[in-house]
This record gives sequence, C-alpha cells and structure tokens, in this order.
Amino acid sequence: MYYVKVGLASCGIAAGSAAVYERFQQELTPDVTLQPTGCLGMCYCEPLVEVINSTGERYLYGNVTDKDVLRILSTHIRDGNPVTELLVDAPSTSDDDRVYFAKQSRFALQNCGVINPEDIESYFLVRGYEGLKKALLNMSSEQVIREVEQAGLRGRGGAGFPTHLKWTLTRKAAGEQKYIVCNADEGDPGAFMDRSILESDPHSVLEGMLLAGYAIGASKGYIYIRAEYPLAIKRLRTAINQARQHELLGAAVLGSNFAFDIEIREGAGAFVCGEETALLMSIEGKRGMPRFRPPYPAEKGLFGCPTSINNVETLANVPRIIDLGCEAFNRYGTEKSKGTKVFALAGKIKRGGLVEIPMGTTVNELVFSIGGGISTGKAFKAIQTGGPSGGCIPAQLGDTPVDYESLNKIGAIMGSGGLLVMDEDTCMVNLAQYFLTFAREESCGKCSFCRSGTEQMLRILNRITSGMGQLSDLDLLADLGEKIKIGSMCGLGQTVPNPVLTTLKYFRHEYVAHIQDKVCPAKQCKALIDYQVLAADCRSCGICKKSCPVGAIIGEKKQVYTIDSSKCIRCGLCVNSCKFHAIEVFSLPKEVAVCMEVQS
Amino acid sequence: MQSLSAEEIVIIKEIVAKHVGSPGSAIPILQEIQKELGYVSTAFLRQVAELTETPASDLYSIVTFYSQFRLEPLGKNYIQVCHGTACHLAGAERITDSLEHETKTKCGCTSENGEFTLEKVACVGCCSLAPVVNVNGETHGRLTPEKTAKVIENLRNKGNEGNGDVLR
Ligand SMILES: Cc1cc2nc3c(=O)[nH]c(=O)nc-3n(C[C@H](O)[C@H](O)[C@H](O)COP(=O)(O)O)c2cc1C
Ligand code: FES
Repeated sequence: MYYVKVGLASCGIAAGSAAVYERFQQELTPDVTLQPTGCLGMCYCEPLVEVINSTGERYLYGNVTDKDVLRILSTHIRDGNPVTELLVDAPSTSDDDRVYFAKQSRFALQNCGVINPEDIESYFLVRGYEGLKKALLNMSSEQVIREVEQAGLRGRGGAGFPTHLKWTLTRKAAGEQKYIVCNADEGDPGAFMDRSILESDPHSVLEGMLLAGYAIGASKGYIYIRAEYPLAIKRLRTAINQARQHELLGAAVLGSNFAFDIEIREGAGAFVCGEETALLMSIEGKRGMPRFRPPYPAEKGLFGCPTSINNVETLANVPRIIDLGCEAFNRYGTEKSKGTKVFALAGKIKRGGLVEIPMGTTVNELVFSIGGGISTGKAFKAIQTGGPSGGCIPAQLGDTPVDYESLNKIGAIMGSGGLLVMDEDTCMVNLAQYFLTFAREESCGKCSFCRSGTEQMLRILNRITSGMGQLSDLDLLADLGEKIKIGSMCGLGQTVPNPVLTTLKYFRHEYVAHIQDKVCPAKQCKALIDYQVLAADCRSCGICKKSCPVGAIIGEKKQVYTIDSSKCIRCGLCVNSCKFHAIEVFSLPKEVAVCMEVQS
Repeated sequence: MQSLSAEEIVIIKEIVAKHVGSPGSAIPILQEIQKELGYVSTAFLRQVAELTETPASDLYSIVTFYSQFRLEPLGKNYIQVCHGTACHLAGAERITDSLEHETKTKCGCTSENGEFTLEKVACVGCCSLAPVVNVNGETHGRLTPEKTAKVIENLRNKGNEGNGDVLR
C-alpha cells in the first residue's frame, strides 16, 4: 500500500504540478492512494511528489514533470526502488537538502503539505478542531486567553503586539456585538506565508478564529483577504462550507451555546488596507483610509463595535496552543520572543520558499544552512525583512538572532515574514528606490508628510541613481525620512522611510559612489552603466544586433560589433542574447550624466 | 453618456439584490459587477447608486481608490507583470520593457487594437519562479526577455480564446 501526495498550492501549480497530478490519476493502480496536498515550502524544487510506503517511510521527489510519473510508479511503487536522481528527501539521503527540514521547527506550518486542504476529514486526522472541542467543553474564555498568554504568542502581522492583551481588551470592552477579523491582506510585495497557510491548511485559521471568537465573546468573524489570491479564497470557501456542515460554524457550535459564523471579504488592491483601521473602513465599504487611534479597534472597531484584528499566522498557531498546551509553543524561541516564525525566502537564495524557524535562529543560519546560500555563487550582501516597512541587515550583522528585540536594535523589524536575500549585484540605492516607489503609490494621501514627503524622497533618489545627486542630498533624505515618521498618523507613513534610512546607515558608501563618482557599484542603475562588446570574445555572429530594439549595435558579419552608447537604452537584451558572453556591463567614474538623458 | 443594455441592467440588479441588508456591501457589489461585466463604468455606478440609494460619488470614490477596479474594459489578453520584490531583483523591469516592446502597449494601458492589456502587480506569490508574468490567469515563471517574446508570439498565433473567466 502506497500513499502518493502531490503539492497543489499556487507555487506548485505554477511550476506544473497540476499536470503531474492528472498523470498520476490516469495511471493509478488500486494499491496506491493519491492525495492532493498543499505547500511543503520547498518552492525551489516544485513540483513536489511524496511517496509514503506501508511502513510509513517518506520519499520526497522534487522537480517532477509529468514524464517522470510513470518512472516513479514502475520503479518505486512496483519494484520498490526509489528513483534516486529525483529524490530531495528520503530516509537514506545524506544530501544537504535534509538540513532544510532539520533546522526548521514546523508549528504553524505543521499540516502544510501534509493534509488535503480541501477535505475536512484530513484535518480531523491531525487533531483538527480538537483545540476547539477542548475549549468549549473544559475551558472558560479567560482560560483560553491565559493559555495564549502563557504561550507568549505575539502578533505575526508585523507589530508583535501580545495577542492575549488584544483579546483581553476586546473581551472587556462594552458592547453586545463583537467581531474577530482575520487579516489576510498580506501586502508586503515579496511575501506569501499567509497565502500558503490558507491554501494548505485553511481549517487551522478557521479554528483559530473560532477560538478567538470564543475568547473575546464574538459571534461573527470576517476574513479580509487579497483578491490576488483566488486559490486561497476558493479553499477558504470550501472549508467554511464543510465547517458549517459539521456544525463547527453556526448558531450552536458543536451543540454548545456558542454561536459563530465567518464571512469572507475580498480586498480590492490597496496596501494600506493591511493597516487595521484602514482594513475596517474597507470592510465597511468605504475608501481604506486609516483613522486616528485611540479609540483602538478593541474598543471601537468594525461598525463601531469592539473588534480584534489578528494575522493569519497568529491565528493558525492558536488551535495547537490550546490543544497541546502552551509549552508546545513556548519551548521554542527566546526569553521575550516565543515560538516560531514563518519566513518567505526569496531573492538570490538557492532554496527559496517557506521556512519556519524557532525565534532566535541567526540570519546566517537562515540564509546558509536552511536557504543553502546565495544562488548566483556571488557574495552575500544583505537581507531585507519587513518589505516596504522594514530595513536591511548587512552581511556583517549575520550573527544577529531573528527575534523582535534583536532586530529592532539594529534598525530592522521582524515584519510579517518577507525575507529578501541580496548578493553583491544588488544595488542598495535601487532597492531603496524600489520600496519608496511602492510606498508613494500606496500612500492613501491623508497625511501631508506621507503623501508629499515620499514623493520628495523619491525625487531625490531618482536624482542620485541618474547621476545628478549631491552629497547634501543624503542629509536631506535622512531629515525627510525622520520627519515623515513623526508626521504620519498610521503605520504606513511611520515605517516606509525605513528602507532608505537603513540602507543609508549601512551602505552610505554606495550612495556616495553614485553621487561623487557617478558609479553604480552593482552595475544596475541604467544612467550610470554602459555596455561594450569585448573584441576578444566576439565571434561576429550578429545575434546581438538583431536583438537590439533601438538599433544601437553597429557592425557587419565577420567584424567585431560595437555599441553606440548614445543610442543604447540599457535594456540588456543584447547581453542575454550573446552566447559567448562577449558583451560586458561596466560602470566607471566619468561624467556620464552630461552625455545621457536623465531618467525621469 | 453610455447607456446600459437590458442585459447589463438585469445583471446589476441581481447582484445588488443578493446583498440587500448586508452592511458595507458596496465593495463586494462592485467586485461582482466587475467579475461579470469585466469593468465598472460610470454608467454602471449610477445604476448601482440608484438601486442602493447611495450617492454615486461615494461609489466613484471607491472605484478610484482601489487599484483592482477599472473604468474601461480589458483587452483580449490580460497580462500582469509581477513587480514584487523578488521579481524586481530578478529583472522585472526588463521583462516589462520587452512586453511593452512586443505588444506595443504601455504598462497600465490597453493596446489600440484592444488585443493586449498590460498591468503591473505586486507579488503573485510565486517568488521562487521570479520573474513572473500572469497571462490570462496562467503563471509563466523564470522568464527572460526572449521567453517573454515567445509567450506573446504564441498568444498572437493562437488567435486566442482570450482572457475568458479570469476577468476580474
Ligand atoms: C501599512 C501597513 C500594512 C500592513 N499590512 C498587514 C498585512 O498585510 N497583514 C497583516 O497581518 N498585518 C498587516 N499590518 C499590521 C496590522 O495593522 C495589524 O497590526 C495586524 O494585522 C494585527 O495582527 P497581529 O496582532 O496578529 O499581528 C499592516 C500595518 C500597516 C501599517
Ligand atoms: S515577487 Fe513576483 S511572484 Fe513574488
């Protein structure tokens, strides 16, 4: 008897796992049970197929194509010999892929990639809804809150506010009607932890909301989820329907006198709606403009009623804390930062994907042991956490433990879990410019400092990256950044200068190089780079000339080609097209600014 | 001003009727209209305003605030270029250049012949496949400018069924 699981979350599907699943379906023999599952986190080798034999041994195959399916079926399942070259994890592998799991502690993600996210029975098999049962039968709502307090759970949406305090405030606030809102807006443009949890283990979030509802005395919950996550929305709908059929949602949850139901609201594409007061405005059907706090949502939230807003990952932790007790959670972590945190590793990293680490793991362990190091083979330069609200951590601070306090101390933040890895080819000024462009577009416009300040900062950055900056610009940037932080009402304005401020702090020399030498050390900023054909390597094939969209490449077959710098738009298409690596990018100190059109 | 077809009116009425009595339903109503009809024109807004007895200006303020809503119909092929962090580092800019070049459309616009709509989005959640482009709801990963050109060429050759049910 064999179990075959195929990862069918968005990342797997994008890599082609749907075709693999279909192929297995066609070839199925009676001794094989096929099960769709969610995301194991190993995005770097999707599609993933797991084969489990009758003794429970697990064999994980990566980069499987539909053509490999027959081989797995005949060689492994029929003849009992695993297909070694496709294996990424198995009882016998000594490969360093094993470190990937060994260094992680899966708590919030424990069911992801294990259960079938579209089948409630599959969730029951892993003690699903046992936490809820325990609470409804044996615990008062105060006891639920106390368990969460003893676990030391802090909000995973970014700010790290103690969850039990938020619940206590909401519970104590005056009012008949109370709400629980799950924040699934996941706005950081490089993060996908919450999506993965919702796609792979939706019931855990529903159970977390039920427990939160029970704790604060709410009868209704909303899930505010970004519309860009259609698969997560679909699986949540399925899960809600199944929960209703099993009387886990409704007028009498599990026959008790606790009533609770959940409604899904789709976001409509506004980063600021991840901010809690803006999110509430949006659910109320208005423009998502943050409002002043106090009153905090715990007192006056959705439709004026006491409301607790919690992040997806925060809620997914709750059922296990209640079911297994607070020690199951707080045995991980540091003195003040308990438990685990999920990160979405992306950028120049070998093993990009979702990982869950105990708090206190160092940046280096995360990047090198778990992430496998830099994908390009170049030097590790920095990481950035917290997306547009966060900051960078340079390689020399790689020993920093990942916990709330240590990260704050060096000017970075935990953030919601986006973690971008950069190598020496990443221009830090360009990165700051990227995040600020995002921030300027997403500012709601209410506070002048946030609205106009980000615009001015961006203009200065554009000036610097186009070689027109002055050294005094750096002080101006720092000054504006600080003023935007104090002059803005909500968390957006208060944090979006961070990417600029932290890169200024740790990579000031790069800014100076752009300004004084007109050089982009990472060779990224278009106005400061040039292309040239290396005569020694050019085989005069003429491919580059064909690839150039503006006719900037001059020459004939059998001659060395040259690039007309005044026509060149620095698109880089020629570099890609040349099979002989004969086109080089360079950035040298010279007065480029005068001979090049300034980029707007 | 554009006048509504009988069919459009029926669709809008049905959608509004579903939400009667549910507080804060303006956004879901507009989202469903966009899902059904492909966009929300000012004429649609007026119809909703009348049915729900909300000022049309309120609805307009919603449509202009949230980037999901569009006041114009989509082109036949709907192309979303990811400009999330990972894709940015992996060269989303060049993919965008190449798409603009191949489709002769500016990002954020629909081509004159209505064949292509190009749009920037932030992280479609497949960062490890960066740079990523969504074409009519289907994700294409690990793109290079050449691969991008092929994707467009294939769309042209297919004579294509268009964006079907990914209209949103
Ligand atoms: C601009 C901005 C964007 C935010 N985006 C998110 C988000 O996408 N997801 C999230 O859970 N919290 C986000 N937050 C934090 C929320 O305001 C809130 O603190 C959080 O959802 C509370 O849940 P927690 O206590 O479980 O972390 C954002 C905050 C700001 C200021
Ligand atoms: S950044 Fe493009 S998919 Fe995440």
